[in-house]
Amino acid sequence: MDFQVVVLAGGNSKNLTPLVSKELPKPLLPVANCPVLNYVLHQLEQSNLKDLIVVVEGEDTALLVGAWISGTFIDRLHVEIAAVPEDIGTAGALRAISHHLTAKDILVVSGDLVSDVPPGALAATHRRHDAAVTTMLCSIPVSGPLESGSSGGKDKAKKLGRYNIIGLDPSKQFLLHIATEIEKDARISKRILHAVGQMEMRSDLMDAHMYAFKRSVLQEVLDIKDTFQSLKEDVLPYLVRSQLKSEALLNRTPQGEENSNEKVSSQNNQAFISRILANASTPSFHGLYSENPDGSSSTRKTHKCCVYIASSSSYCVRLNSIQAFMDINRDVTGDADHLLSPNNIIGPSPKLGTKTTVGPNCRLGEGSEMGDKCQVKRSIIGRHCRIGSHVKAVNSVVMNHVTIGDGCIIQGSVICSNVQLQERVVLKDCQVGAGFVVTAGSEYKAESLAKKEK
Amino acid sequence: MGAQKKGATARVSEDPEELARHPLQAILLADSFTTKFRPITLERPKVLLPLVNIPMINYTLAWLESAGVEEVFVFCCAHSKQVIGYLESSEWSSQPNFSVTTIESHNSISAGDALRLIYERNVIHGDFVLISGDTVSNMSLTQALQEHKDRRKKDANAIMTMVVKQSKPSPITQQSRLGTDELFMAINPVTKQLLYYEDKAEYSKGFISLDKTLIADNPSVILHNDKQDCYIDICSQEVLSLFTDNFDYQHLRRHFVKGLLVDDIMGYKIFTHEIHSSYAARIDNFRSYDTISKDIIQRWTYPFVPDVLCGSSAIKVERQGTYRASDVTLSRSAQLGSFIFIGQGTKIGNDTKISHSVIGERCTIGSNVTIEGSYIWNNVTIEDGCQLRNAIVCDGVILKSGAVLQPGVILSFKVVVGQQFVVPAYSKVSLLQQPTQQDSDEELEYADSTSGTGELRSDKLNGDIAPDLSETASELGTGGVGYIWKVFEGAYDEEWRHSVAPIPTDKLVKLMLDRDEDEELLTQDGNVISASGELKTVSDGNGSEDDDNEDSRDDYVSFEKEVEATFLRAVHENVKVDLAVLEVNALRLSYNMASVDCGGAIFYSMMKLAVESPHNSASELHRNAADIVTTWQKLLKSFLHDIDEEIEVILKFEEMCLESAKEFAALFPQILHLLYDKEILHEDAILRWADEKEGADESDKVFLKRSEKFIQWLREAEEEEEEEDE
Repeated sequence: MDFQVVVLAGGNSKNLTPLVSKELPKPLLPVANCPVLNYVLHQLEQSNLKDLIVVVEGEDTALLVGAWISGTFIDRLHVEIAAVPEDIGTAGALRAISHHLTAKDILVVSGDLVSDVPPGALAATHRRHDAAVTTMLCSIPVSGPLESGSSGGKDKAKKLGRYNIIGLDPSKQFLLHIATEIEKDARISKRILHAVGQMEMRSDLMDAHMYAFKRSVLQEVLDIKDTFQSLKEDVLPYLVRSQLKSEALLNRTPQGEENSNEKVSSQNNQAFISRILANASTPSFHGLYSENPDGSSSTRKTHKCCVYIASSSSYCVRLNSIQAFMDINRDVTGDADHLLSPNNIIGPSPKLGTKTTVGPNCRLGEGSEMGDKCQVKRSIIGRHCRIGSHVKAVNSVVMNHVTIGDGCIIQGSVICSNVQLQERVVLKDCQVGAGFVVTAGSEYKAESLAKKEK
Repeated sequence: MGAQKKGATARVSEDPEELARHPLQAILLADSFTTKFRPITLERPKVLLPLVNIPMINYTLAWLESAGVEEVFVFCCAHSKQVIGYLESSEWSSQPNFSVTTIESHNSISAGDALRLIYERNVIHGDFVLISGDTVSNMSLTQALQEHKDRRKKDANAIMTMVVKQSKPSPITQQSRLGTDELFMAINPVTKQLLYYEDKAEYSKGFISLDKTLIADNPSVILHNDKQDCYIDICSQEVLSLFTDNFDYQHLRRHFVKGLLVDDIMGYKIFTHEIHSSYAARIDNFRSYDTISKDIIQRWTYPFVPDVLCGSSAIKVERQGTYRASDVTLSRSAQLGSFIFIGQGTKIGNDTKISHSVIGERCTIGSNVTIEGSYIWNNVTIEDGCQLRNAIVCDGVILKSGAVLQPGVILSFKVVVGQQFVVPAYSKVSLLQQPTQQDSDEELEYADSTSGTGELRSDKLNGDIAPDLSETASELGTGGVGYIWKVFEGAYDEEWRHSVAPIPTDKLVKLMLDRDEDEELLTQDGNVISASGELKTVSDGNGSEDDDNEDSRDDYVSFEKEVEATFLRAVHENVKVDLAVLEVNALRLSYNMASVDCGGAIFYSMMKLAVESPHNSASELHRNAADIVTTWQKLLKSFLHDIDEEIEVILKFEEMCLESAKEFAALFPQILHLLYDKEILHEDAILRWADEKEGADESDKVFLKRSEKFIQWLREAEEEEEEEDE
């Protein structure tokens, strides 16, 4: 397939402090002991999309990520690493690497997507419709809203405010309207309604941050609209809005094609009106619109914005908050364990002390040791951790090289690498940043503990 | 007419339990409360106008009967005598299982009034069908009724079911078919609940605004531009009482439906029922008259087609959709095209060509006449060589030889068109003069001819007034009789929209382009789109905020004016302070202002009065101000409850001194002192104001400096007090 894949892997995400750091950028954040980027790359490999550009923020991150990818995916994927400055947005990142893009179509995927939807399906949809942009939509996960923390569905309006309002045509193939917030009332252009007749407004779908673009269109939009920062908030809505009137776009259509259109347009005029009057059915609203009713010289251009809606049973979550991190870790070891790729090797069984129980949906990394009478439930323990006796870990993630003293109780918390928990520490809903030392006997609840930045 | 009835009743009585409780009732509004069919409706009610030679109301009644309705209340207002007279003499008054009762009103001006009157009569005892007398349909009500009842059992708030029908999208097809404006609806695809309704499309607005809660409550909403409202509603009793509760509801759709959709307190819901294969449409204007006539001739409305409805009176359907009464006198050389109807006793001369037209009873049509797409009612005489294209010709009209009717012409009753005269396109011609004063309220149909008077007048016309008309005959050529109605200003461009003539091609193209231009404007103007939150650039965000501010500022200015007017009236008419307080409070509520704004506004009015009262020197001005403040201090105090409000007054005063009443600038400290003395302003407020101003620009501190002494004094006094306290 003539597809080039751009993985927007990011760098240090503020939402994920203190989990990420310079030493551990977001793409390498372990999900069930496996860097999150691995999930995307694995899916791409499965879909035979092997020509990749991984875009990361900052040179340091580029080195780290590059090292990891070349170690893991050598000979399997053809990966280029591109470093871009921080805070230039997704559109900015694409603009920065625009000159690397050569293929006819570009698949852009967020590096923090943990999903089992094959990217190949999106690419195929895109090709089938010859669309300018195709976006993947998935159902809002059952596990509750990602970004609204643990509040669940208490405030419905508020919860929905985080999602998109998406307008689809009756065949659910074309994207007619997209708005990223519903703080204000939704406004839908009548023009598109005229064209399509009926539009389904959905608020139960979310944009999964996987897009396929026609390269020429993407590059042109990025060139012309140099203020556009975000793919999701600027570029995509712009394309959707202008889909029936894309003068700015597609100027590169071959001259010959345009001329031939001119010739027929005057004949179209008559045919067009008689078609309307006869209430004849039109094959596609885009087709209807691309015919010019007044027979003037310029033929109107349209482009298609398509959607690929993942089936509701598929798993599709972005790791963009701590809550999401917890959810994904839980799901990946539980319901969605098929996501764990085979290269997520579990080393030699960790050493367990006597009367230590490890419940289901747990994962222990290689070389970890646990003392006596420990309990581990629905938790993930990384590699080479040293865990004392009488430790209880529930719904938690413990990364690599963590030392946990005797009698610690950890609930719903994330313990980053090289953390040391001294005896009888009690943590509930906490995040402990890398290298932090929690003194003996301390108790924390819903706090974020990290070393001061040097 | 009874032929199809048996089948229908059998169908409905499948649910005997429901029927046993109460017979299905219907309200038929035999008055459309619009003026779209003028000038014809000045003389005859719309429901009695012939539609393919049968009065419209017959189609509606026949359908109601077949759909299982047992009791119909016909509400008539304009020309009610004619409607009642017609119904009494017709077969409808003597049907065994179908009673038609008329309800007469003389002063109803809207559907809302009609329903309120019916509510008072207390004749409706359950669910009913609400329909107007100009609706043609052949749908079966069974399923819609059942759905309505099932929903009612689950949710008592589901009070209405609207019948909608699929149509083609785009305003062009809606315009070209029924001549109606485009319609936007939002429907929940699962429950079929109607969530949004917009029929009077504002062309200036290129977008639809859906309330956010609406989307939050419904995970999926389908927006429709491809549905046609059939104006057939199944209503529960509550609908009538709702009209009574909301006495300002006039229009069924514009007020009632929208009112219910907007109102979330009562929680009433409207649902839709979509029909697919059956027919339903309402004759709203001349264009829909044309379209529906053609549909009837082409038998889309079967069994409600002329040959079935007229029963025994022999109308035969021939090839190519030609309907011909038995005793038509037809010249051998006449050429009859397809889809025509020719009524009883009509004579047609040599070489006359007729196509796509309806010709009523006892008409005389001469030789070499061309009739295309026209509707010719009864007793019309068309002399030789006339040409008619897309015209409506009412009873008793005479077209002298060689007259030409251009597309879209309406000739009302008994008009005479002179020889060789060409009636220009879209003209409306009547024996009655155009009502000189167009009623500003378009809702009023027949406003100037209530029941009976129309008839009366037309009778008179035949006798006494007719001679007068000859003077004006020049309007319609030699020997012509009638007035050509002038098109109202601005309406001229709109004539073609509702006309019986097909829309000219250039207009269609224009319509398309107009719409595109609208859109272009919309897309160019980033603000419009950004407001939807799609595009978040800095400048756009500011733009919309500014608008908001602008609005509130405007509000405030007009509020201030109102307060000032109130205050002046209070001063001049010696209104008691308590009453003035009440009035200002009422204003505050109606403008949705805070009491802070009231204090400022009252103080502003006081000072303005002081400035405007005659004075020669600053000291006189001060005295004026002091007098006014003393007299009305109570009024002012009642709006100054806390320190913020007092500070607001000081700020207001500062603003005045800078802008509107510069004379006060010199008196600033004195007035401040005065307000302090009268205990209108407390020292806390003044000191706080001084503190706040401390950090301001130099230019802002002018007045602070002027009143420095006073503030100094205040501070000292405070300290002293504190010391005393100690």
